Amino acid sequence: MKKTFTGGVHPPGFKKLSRGKAIKQAPLPDEVFIPLAQHTGAPCEPAVKKGDLVKTGQLIAKSDKFISGFIHSSISGSVTAVKNSPHPVLGGCKAIVIKSDGKDERVEMDAGGAVKDMVRRAGIVGMGGAAFPTHVKLSPPAGKTMDTFILNGVECEPYLSCDHRLMLERPKEILEGAMLIMDALGLKKCIVGIEANKPDAIEAMGSAILGFKNSGCDFQVVSLGVKYPQGAEKQLIKALVNREVPAGGLPFDVGVMVNNVGTALAVYEAVKLKKPLYERVVTVTGNIVKEPQNLLVRIGTPVRDLIRFCGGTTKDIGKIIMGGPMMGIALHTQDAPVIKGTSGILVLSGEEADKRSWDPCIRCGKCVDVCPAGIVPAHLGICAESEDFKAAQLYDPFDCIECGACAYVCPSLRPLVQWIKWTKMRLRGTEVK
Amino acid sequence: MTQNNLIVSQAPHVRSGDSVKKVMWSVVFALIPAGAAGVFIFGMHSLWLTLTAVLSALLAEALVMWIRKRPMSLSDGSALITGMLVAYNLPPAAPLWIPAVGSFVGIFMGKQLFGGIGRNIFNPALVGRAFLMASWPVYMTTWSSPRWAPDAVSTASPLSILKEASGHAAGGNLPDYLDLVLGNRAGCVGEVCIIALLIGALFLLIRGYITWHTPVSFIGAVGILSWAFMGDGFLKGDWVFYILSGGLVLGAFFMATDMVTTPITRKGQVVFGLGCGIITFLIRKYGGYPEGVSYSILIMNAATPVIDRFVRPGKFGGRKK
Repeated sequence: MKKTFTGGVHPPGFKKLSRGKAIKQAPLPDEVFIPLAQHTGAPCEPAVKKGDLVKTGQLIAKSDKFISGFIHSSISGSVTAVKNSPHPVLGGCKAIVIKSDGKDERVEMDAGGAVKDMVRRAGIVGMGGAAFPTHVKLSPPAGKTMDTFILNGVECEPYLSCDHRLMLERPKEILEGAMLIMDALGLKKCIVGIEANKPDAIEAMGSAILGFKNSGCDFQVVSLGVKYPQGAEKQLIKALVNREVPAGGLPFDVGVMVNNVGTALAVYEAVKLKKPLYERVVTVTGNIVKEPQNLLVRIGTPVRDLIRFCGGTTKDIGKIIMGGPMMGIALHTQDAPVIKGTSGILVLSGEEADKRSWDPCIRCGKCVDVCPAGIVPAHLGICAESEDFKAAQLYDPFDCIECGACAYVCPSLRPLVQWIKWTKMRLRGTEVK
Repeated sequence: MTQNNLIVSQAPHVRSGDSVKKVMWSVVFALIPAGAAGVFIFGMHSLWLTLTAVLSALLAEALVMWIRKRPMSLSDGSALITGMLVAYNLPPAAPLWIPAVGSFVGIFMGKQLFGGIGRNIFNPALVGRAFLMASWPVYMTTWSSPRWAPDAVSTASPLSILKEASGHAAGGNLPDYLDLVLGNRAGCVGEVCIIALLIGALFLLIRGYITWHTPVSFIGAVGILSWAFMGDGFLKGDWVFYILSGGLVLGAFFMATDMVTTPITRKGQVVFGLGCGIITFLIRKYGGYPEGVSYSILIMNAATPVIDRFVRPGKFGGRKK
């Protein structure tokens, strides 16, 4: 029986739309909109101004705060503005707008220093979607000892196939990146977790680790049960090494470090190729997209350009989602740009997009059965619905990983994740009115 | 095509396709075999009882929705289930005004006064039944034998025979196991044919709308306690008989599993089932009634909010507190 965690759901995958398509370079955009906030942590301050000429890979924004990420230009050209622009998550955000000169002249990053310094200089953040600054992960608090590195190749969201293609096409570089991370933390053991629905990737990574036999590290590829959200950090750790990250804790609390395969690749490129993070693989897909595929996209490229490059759509667009259908964020405009955490652009038609209103909770318990975090989403939903946030505290709202499994199965179509997110904001006092 | 009127709403953006309607109508479907058996065993009057109860339930629901100025929810199927269960809990010779009143009270008092679907504490069908038992006890305990039995008029149900005989061997009056499984005995319209009930229950189990937790805990508790204490001597009880008699199978699979009025966690459901089993046993052995299933469920319904307040699913990493 395949390793897995308790709970979870099985939404239809639709990965066949794009998993067979090799990564293709998207055409250079005419104009990019690079937001100053595209990672977990403090937004950056611009290091350029209107009129400046920039090269690809040049530093254009940085922050003094530790939990933040440097930002680099993704094309060469001139800065036409530093202004408020559409942002996929925030709605609007200050962004550096650069008009391409078509030449794509590159500039290398400064080398030297420890791996974590280079990672910081390269602006690397978690590529699985959460965009947490990687150099922070490489600097665990004193006293936290770790023994295992987990490479997350699960990609459990339906439709997405960018990590799948990376594992097929660049397995060696991913593992080189993993080695750099392990050396930085003094880890000797690495487990690569891949869902069983990617047998070719399991084979590719399985062959690639043979080349690392004499590296001094122990590599292992493990095939995991196909279930959403198998790729969620805590669930992945539970399935692979049977350790439970405590409520409110982080992986280092159980001696584990987890990184997405795309992040490992970015670390390799930064350290060995002196290339900062200015492009990433994005799966542009959907049943109504004419030519769904996996594209290597420059950060700041408007979504509109990508959809056009894929031939447009066969039906009117209902929703455009940044990410996957379970946790992705619905965009309000096609002018929203690709940012560092954009693993996919999913286009849904009006019929595919669920927009019905909801019924009272019938207490069927399906949400409880599927919840990977072991809480009772129904209770949180009822509390939020009556705005009784004090009562909501009794039901562990902060244990929720916001995976969406509960709302997916709810027969009453209740917006449980939305309510729980709101509850968390109210309890933290961070609600934006 | 460029187009900017995009739908912006929260994740998840896909759903499993389940709906309240699907859940409720599945239960209706699962209840049909038991009702059909009731008609076959006791005659056409069983059908009229069921239809009257269903119509009365729908009427009560429509009336309240109209008073509350809410959109009509009749098609979700939940009132239909209440009607069927009220009828299934009646002796087959009950006059038609009995289910008419009982069903109406069940929906009105047991469900709508609490706020409608999802908000009631007590099982509406059982509220109706309890009301009928208290108001017209004679009609509610006047049993009939199956159509083909020689003494077709007033008879006694197996559990009431045992109650009279105070647990001692009641002689050859009692049906055997096969009779009990097929429903060849006196009893309520929908409770007697065990095999029809199990077929329906199996359908719901496969669909995933009920799980084994409540029925196994409930029936298991009754079985073990009957085996221990309901015979001539310790551990000499005829537990098979006690499991197949009365309304236990109907109650354990179709009423103690009612989603709204029972605990939301599986662990909580085990607690619920055990509680029902223990109370059923106590009423059967020491109480004034021969059967305790309905009251045990109603009592445990009252305990459900407390069970839900304290029982956690407990699947992942310890709680901070």
